[in-house]
Amino acid sequence: MLLIYCPYCQVERSEMEFACRGEAHVVRPADPSKATDEEWVEFLYMRDNTKGVAAERWRHIHGCGRFFNAVRDTVSDKFLKIYKTGEPKPDLEALAKEAGK
Amino acid sequence: MSQPFRTEKGGRIDRAEQLTFTFDGEEMQGHKGDTLASALLANGVHLVGRSFKYHRPRGILTAGSEEPNALVGVYRNGDQTPNLRATQVELYQGLEAISQNRFPSLGFDIGAVNDLLSPLFPAGFYYKTFMWPHAFWDKVYEPIIRSAAGLGKPPKNPDHDVYGNIYAHCDVLVVGSGPTGLAAALAAGETGAKVMLVDEQAEFGGSLLSEVSASIDGKDPADFVTETVAKLAAMDNVTLLPRTTAFGYFAHNFISLAERVTEHLSNPDPKLPRERLWQVRAKEVVIAAGAIERPMVFPENDRPGILLADAGRTYLNRYGVKVGHKVLVATACDSAWQAAFDLADHGVDVVAIVDLRETPPESLMSIAEARGIRVEAGCVVTGTLGRKRVKGALIGRLMTSGQVASGGQIACDALLMSGGWTPTVSLYSQSRGKVVWDSEKGAYVPGVSVQKERSAGGAKGLYGLQATLEDGYAAGEEAAKAATGKSAKVTYASATGGEAGSGGILGALPHDRNAARVKAFVDYQNDVTAKDVKLAVREGMHSIEHIKRYTTTGMATDQGRLSNMNALEIASGALQKPMTDVGLTTFRQPYTPTTFGLFAGVSRGDFFDPVRKTPSHDWVVENGGVFEDVGQWKRTWYFPKNGEDMHAAVARECKTVRESVGLFDASTLGKIEVVGPDAAEFLERMYTNPWKKLAPGRCRYGLLLNDAGFITDDGVIGRLAEDRFHVTTTTGGAPSVFATMEDYLQTEWPDLNVWITSTTEQFAVAAVQGPKAREVIAPFIEGVDLSADAFPHMSVKQATFCGVPCRLFRISFTGELGFEINVPRRHGKMMWETLAKEIEKHNGTVYGTESMHVLRAEKGYIIVGQDTDGTVTPQDAGMTWAISKNKFDFVGKRGLARPDLVADGRKQFVGLLTKDPKVKLEEGAQITTAEQPATGTPAEGHVTSSYYSPALDRTIALAIVKNGHALEGKTLYVPMPTGSIPVEVTSTVFYDKEGARINV
Repeated sequence: MLLIYCPYCQVERSEMEFACRGEAHVVRPADPSKATDEEWVEFLYMRDNTKGVAAERWRHIHGCGRFFNAVRDTVSDKFLKIYKTGEPKPDLEALAKEAGK
Repeated sequence: MSQPFRTEKGGRIDRAEQLTFTFDGEEMQGHKGDTLASALLANGVHLVGRSFKYHRPRGILTAGSEEPNALVGVYRNGDQTPNLRATQVELYQGLEAISQNRFPSLGFDIGAVNDLLSPLFPAGFYYKTFMWPHAFWDKVYEPIIRSAAGLGKPPKNPDHDVYGNIYAHCDVLVVGSGPTGLAAALAAGETGAKVMLVDEQAEFGGSLLSEVSASIDGKDPADFVTETVAKLAAMDNVTLLPRTTAFGYFAHNFISLAERVTEHLSNPDPKLPRERLWQVRAKEVVIAAGAIERPMVFPENDRPGILLADAGRTYLNRYGVKVGHKVLVATACDSAWQAAFDLADHGVDVVAIVDLRETPPESLMSIAEARGIRVEAGCVVTGTLGRKRVKGALIGRLMTSGQVASGGQIACDALLMSGGWTPTVSLYSQSRGKVVWDSEKGAYVPGVSVQKERSAGGAKGLYGLQATLEDGYAAGEEAAKAATGKSAKVTYASATGGEAGSGGILGALPHDRNAARVKAFVDYQNDVTAKDVKLAVREGMHSIEHIKRYTTTGMATDQGRLSNMNALEIASGALQKPMTDVGLTTFRQPYTPTTFGLFAGVSRGDFFDPVRKTPSHDWVVENGGVFEDVGQWKRTWYFPKNGEDMHAAVARECKTVRESVGLFDASTLGKIEVVGPDAAEFLERMYTNPWKKLAPGRCRYGLLLNDAGFITDDGVIGRLAEDRFHVTTTTGGAPSVFATMEDYLQTEWPDLNVWITSTTEQFAVAAVQGPKAREVIAPFIEGVDLSADAFPHMSVKQATFCGVPCRLFRISFTGELGFEINVPRRHGKMMWETLAKEIEKHNGTVYGTESMHVLRAEKGYIIVGQDTDGTVTPQDAGMTWAISKNKFDFVGKRGLARPDLVADGRKQFVGLLTKDPKVKLEEGAQITTAEQPATGTPAEGHVTSSYYSPALDRTIALAIVKNGHALEGKTLYVPMPTGSIPVEVTSTVFYDKEGARINV
């Protein structure tokens, strides 16, 4: 069971308090009507399913209820960075390098 | 004399306390401090089980949790727990144990014929033999194999024991309490760090408890253990957990422990749990799991009376039990010699030490000579005699040519063997660490740590008392420092004796026997021989993972801790590849077999899942209502009266609602309070419908899609004020709708000033439906003019019910005049009882979910999740009216414009009427255009809802059918095993098509 740091509560808590909500930084087009069918399908369904370092959305569902983002190595389960919703996507390659992958 | 194999003195058993136990009904004696295995051995019993496949007689092999043979069933209170390792079962007064996998008795087992027929049962036998005819597999082969195979029989009764669960945190978790673990715990404990020390055995001390020839700080090792444990027990920051197995190492240093709390007691306190699951988050872990001895793979190495040398030494020194009177020691390493010497010192006739090595160390040779023990160096055991007990061994001399020359026989009644030591890397492997081959040690040892752990002592291939102690202290200090930053000065104890030996052998030993006829076992529990491993390679299994599964070697309850290294060497030889290229299978959780009870804990029966009850629950129970489970909710299904069956009760309830009035508990509906200056804008973006122009005091049906354009939920939303909405959702959809709303609000539209709160549990809801609904509620409602003009259909108002504040909705899910009254939950019972009494005056009825379903189906109202399946759009459902054309965006708007969602040929929501009004369709039944479709014809759709309609006095059904909206009036078919049922496609509204009844 993972140990996860909530950037809002600023505490580490057990995975049981959290829910993973899939890939982060999937942006819903500001004007969906302008999105082509391909772009909309990309937004709806296409996910990287990364083996390795990936940015994910998590929600502290049984705590503060807030969504936040986390960079996790999906192989080792190590969290490399945790940040609040709205903050820019970190450089995953640099994080991976730093973690020695 | 009882216990003929008990030593005269020594051991840690309490000789003053004699315990009586039975094995297969035979009464025997043992002592407090014995395990079932040591007590059986004290009574001269080696034969304790039959092997899995060949039903060969098997004896106790080890003294630890890796025991493959001595699996027994233990009875307590009439229930039997199967497959317990006798080496771990502590003896108590009155213990009742039975052997397993034998019929009719352990001594005479019919299944043993398998051993004679063994040429018919090679590796992969099942895959090869039971292939034809195919139909025989289910009916004939599998039942026979199942009844013949297996070990213990599962208990038949529900488990009446209680299991506990604890979460714990610590700075340093030390696994194993041998010299390394004790030293580590002490060193870490001295720093003030929060330490947990766990050991699977009843007593702390590990190998120190059977060490008599060494000393620590001038004291007996056992006294060192006593003193150290006393020191640890006196520290408030140290938790000691004996009888506790660290069985799982999970991510982020989360370790699961199984504590056996009462199993060793004769009369346990019924308040105590049988076992307790500890889930520990440790900052640092010290794995001091030690090493286990490897069997030698020689022909007939499985006879009762053949044990691992260190087990023989443990039984002698710790339990005061001699494994035999005439003991042969076969070895390839130094450590087994000490077992021979200890036995000789207790007067046991050690008939010979047979050492594979040409020149064993001179120091050992001279001790053996001093004790008058015959030594056969450069020799191997090439076979054994006896059946239910070993009677002698065949000796072979290793020639320089590599051949083996017969060296005669030696009679014995026990044989101790040692192929060397294997570090216990299970937990390290579970922590996702990769083991590395250490050619000097001839073993796989832990490599780089992946998690915050360190292996120490024998677990990393380090042997010798002094070295393991030192390594333990250092590991404890390091772990405490890493966890807390603190360190302390610890005085290291120093050991004399107990030096690390050398030697060891992997794989099958050479012999001069007929290789095709003899069996040399690699994996005892699964009856895998050296021959089987070689055969697997010959038959094309080149990966160790394939070899493992084909032969089942390493798939026993010890996960190959005894067998893996030997199997690997044999496979490597057969593959003609270096062992390190063959690979190694991964150790997984659990370390030893773990009970289901432990995992289930208190989550059984009523505690398995929370039960959610509505305020009418007690009243319904008292009045004979029948419940159905809707998720976690108990909802009233129907209310039978005067012995009615469900059909009759539902027919009466529906009729009464349409003719006078009905009362329904709608408390389970999801409720979400949406508040804030941007509340209307938020709903505008979430739901398909327009909300900004909805006046306070009015309601609207809301349809919720996902961004793909499919219907996910629906419900009525009332506007209480400019900035406040009362949203209702389906019962099952409540949590997901709330989560979806939070998601969009927090991550897509954080600019909106809106708060949402789940209020499902805050309100009790009574639905009063029917022509007389207004008369029923009128006496209790204040603050609202209930007249049709003042309070029309789709209105909402804050009012009072019997003086209690309520939210009164005028809405309907039946097509009749209807009200839904929301009161604070604590007043729900009062409201229900008040209304239930009132409706009687109007010849009304209480009704349940089944009638609710029928009444809504008569009106063609969808139930999301029943009539929709996640691929239905509003257009498909005939609800284009619910989609606002003027909005810039809402969830699902873009999705609805996708080519496939606007294409021709989509399945659409329709009504179906069977040509015969008495025939009721089955929900889920497939619909076709042809009366007798050819096999393989795709269905045009399926029936989603089907009922008998009391209002129409005929059956009705709803369905989704390809291009259904264009098929009204056409005939389709529902093919069933009893024949094809013709149906006519109709509108989805069966009753009161113009909707007049709702507006009265």
